[in-house]
Amino acid sequence: MPIIKTAEKVKEMQIGQILEVTANDEGIKTDMPAWCKATGQEYLGTEEKDGEYHSFLKRIK
Amino acid sequence: MAKEKFNIIVFSGDLDKVLAAFILATTAASMNMDVKMFFTFWGLNVLRKKKLTSGKNALQKMMNFMNKGGADRLPLSKFNMMGMGPAMMKIMMKKSKVPSIKEFIKTAKGLGVKMIACTTTFGFMGFDKSDFIEELDEMAGAASFLGEALEGKVSYFI
Repeated sequence: MPIIKTAEKVKEMQIGQILEVTANDEGIKTDMPAWCKATGQEYLGTEEKDGEYHSFLKRIK
Repeated sequence: MAKEKFNIIVFSGDLDKVLAAFILATTAASMNMDVKMFFTFWGLNVLRKKKLTSGKNALQKMMNFMNKGGADRLPLSKFNMMGMGPAMMKIMMKKSKVPSIKEFIKTAKGLGVKMIACTTTFGFMGFDKSDFIEELDEMAGAASFLGEALEGKVSYFI
């Protein structure tokens, strides 16, 4: 689900903006880079804090 | 750049399998793929309205009475336990914020996923367009699916 919500949010963002996605789904560690690769957005990394994952990406197109 | 095509045949009418189909379809659509879901056989139940009777002759009416449609009435492929299984599964899904099939249908449509019903099954089960929800995009046969599949890298049968 976090990826679907990410896709919807990125459509509303402007080029150059950065998005932070918070999820408790460990799959986001590999899903987010895969999604960014498929859609051409810049993957900035994922941090794990207190059982939650914070994933960052930048809209570049 | 043309979109990559992703085609799924949804043959199963089981909640667990249909859920997997929708997760794949919506994720693919969120990755800019051109997604088409072909519902056939038991999969038609996902797109059927909750109706007591449908069908044109006695045998069809009997079959459709036993096999009632409705995306919120799908059984589980295992541990159905006379309906207790899906009831428990739906509670678990809600707790983990996994959307229901009805919610997935709306999300999928919003992302541009096409919902297609198989004309062969539709025909012999005696259905009418009025038996189906408005999210149904079009009717098609096996050749249409195969035509789309030939143009894509990924095609699944669920």
